[in-house]
Amino acid sequence: MAAVVGDQRPAESAGPNHGLRIFLIWLPVALAVDLLLYFVYGPHMPPGTMSTSAASQQFDIKVMAVMAAPVMAFVLVYAAYALIVWRRREGDDEDGPAIYGHTRIQATWITISTVIVLSLAAFGTYELAWPGFAGAGAGEGPAPIWKPTSGGPPLQIQVIAQQWRFTYRYPQFGGFETNILEMPINRPVQFNVTSLDVIHDFWAYQLGVKADANPGVNNVAFTTPRQLGSFTVRCNELCGLWHGAMFNYGHVVTDSQFMSWASTTETQLASVTAMLPPYSTTYDPTVVPNINKAMAKAGIAGANGYYYPPNDPVQP
Amino acid sequence: MSLPARIGVLVVAFLAVVAGGAFIVVHYLLGGPPTVDYSAGVTADSGAVVHVVLQEDPQNTETAHPDWVSYFVQDPKTKAWVHTTLFQVPAGSQVDMTILGYDGCTPLRNPFFGKVTGTIGNVAYENGKPITQLNSWSGCNVGHTFSIPGIDLNVPMGTPSLTANLCGTSPCTSGPKQVMTFSFMTPKKTGDYFWQCRVPCGGGFIDGFGGPMQTLGYMTGNMVVVN
Repeated sequence: MAAVVGDQRPAESAGPNHGLRIFLIWLPVALAVDLLLYFVYGPHMPPGTMSTSAASQQFDIKVMAVMAAPVMAFVLVYAAYALIVWRRREGDDEDGPAIYGHTRIQATWITISTVIVLSLAAFGTYELAWPGFAGAGAGEGPAPIWKPTSGGPPLQIQVIAQQWRFTYRYPQFGGFETNILEMPINRPVQFNVTSLDVIHDFWAYQLGVKADANPGVNNVAFTTPRQLGSFTVRCNELCGLWHGAMFNYGHVVTDSQFMSWASTTETQLASVTAMLPPYSTTYDPTVVPNINKAMAKAGIAGANGYYYPPNDPVQP
Repeated sequence: MSLPARIGVLVVAFLAVVAGGAFIVVHYLLGGPPTVDYSAGVTADSGAVVHVVLQEDPQNTETAHPDWVSYFVQDPKTKAWVHTTLFQVPAGSQVDMTILGYDGCTPLRNPFFGKVTGTIGNVAYENGKPITQLNSWSGCNVGHTFSIPGIDLNVPMGTPSLTANLCGTSPCTSGPKQVMTFSFMTPKKTGDYFWQCRVPCGGGFIDGFGGPMQTLGYMTGNMVVVN
């Protein structure tokens, strides 16, 4: 190996074209891995295809995996090639040749990286905005801009989080509240997610729906179920002692089954619904409108409906 | 620093770390309230009936948090009140529960939990009178709830009159109270089923959801189901 003196650069070696070799090894490996990822493992990637939002997320993960796998394959092929071809030989104590930069290579990787990042940004934005995905199952805040445009008016389901249980209100069915989550297949669903105490997170895993539950905030998320069956609902925000036990199961049923269940439940829970506050996208649980009547009747002064004044209880 | 001194510092530091770890394990992980056993002598899955007795108090003067509301569990053998919220019952059995409600009213954060669910017949009895729900927003008549989400059990606890002088020493043995009774079946699957109060009764904490609401031995605990 020739020594380099001063800034004199070594002459181009007449040896093998390592770059071409690496490329020719990498290309079939990357193609094979991509094909396996997309067509064999892809259909089993989480969160599945139970809803439009879940399917969109699975597609996104497949695309990300297909883009990332060749990069990973290149790193591994390069490492393996270096270990085999450029390993230290017996009696070779010299340093390798100095590297002085390579404009073409630098321009290439900067260009490729830029194209990948900008393409993913455009791809992600399109995935969020496309009406078929409508926000990709994420909470969009109280004024969502990405809404489903087909399938009719969404079924409204309010998700009320509280330590440590989710309950659900159905405003289109008299506003009854229940701890059972049911919805019909092939109909858009609008989740209105809120909390009565601390911050929770509504995560309907197989539906690909995930939205923070904040007190005093209506966080809207959309999806359209495409498969019958059960799905898991978990709280995904550490919310206190029994956070780990804050889960239940929802069900996607046929339209007729849903209508039967909803109308029956509305009737069965009529007396409980009468106790509930009027349906609202958010609730201020410190306001108990009727409590003063009872307290005044007992000779105890009330406070304009505020059973819990803003500063009481206070943080110790 | 000399070699012996360095070794000495190292040993002391090592022992301090070990002692700290041991303290955390003993104090926080192994410590905690005892479990009252209602399963002794009862065959699981036999449909046998066990009688569990609890009381809920406006305070807990037995502890370092005398202003925290608290449940107590009665030892079935000695009839003594135990400062705990852990009790053990046999699987597949009927629990006849009696809860003595000594505490005053606080409105439910969500009046939905004023409904009785999960009991046999979906009914509870307040001083012997059957109830299926209590409206804590119109009458301020709920002190706490006894809720086991794992078996969908929820029972609101009635309260003494708004103007009653509540018991001031725990565990309460006198003073105005409501006696709540109800029955439910324990699950056949063994394990720990957490239970909680759904009334934000942690006075002194933001929105009433800290302190006793988050601490075993006060307003939440475990029903331990065993074979």
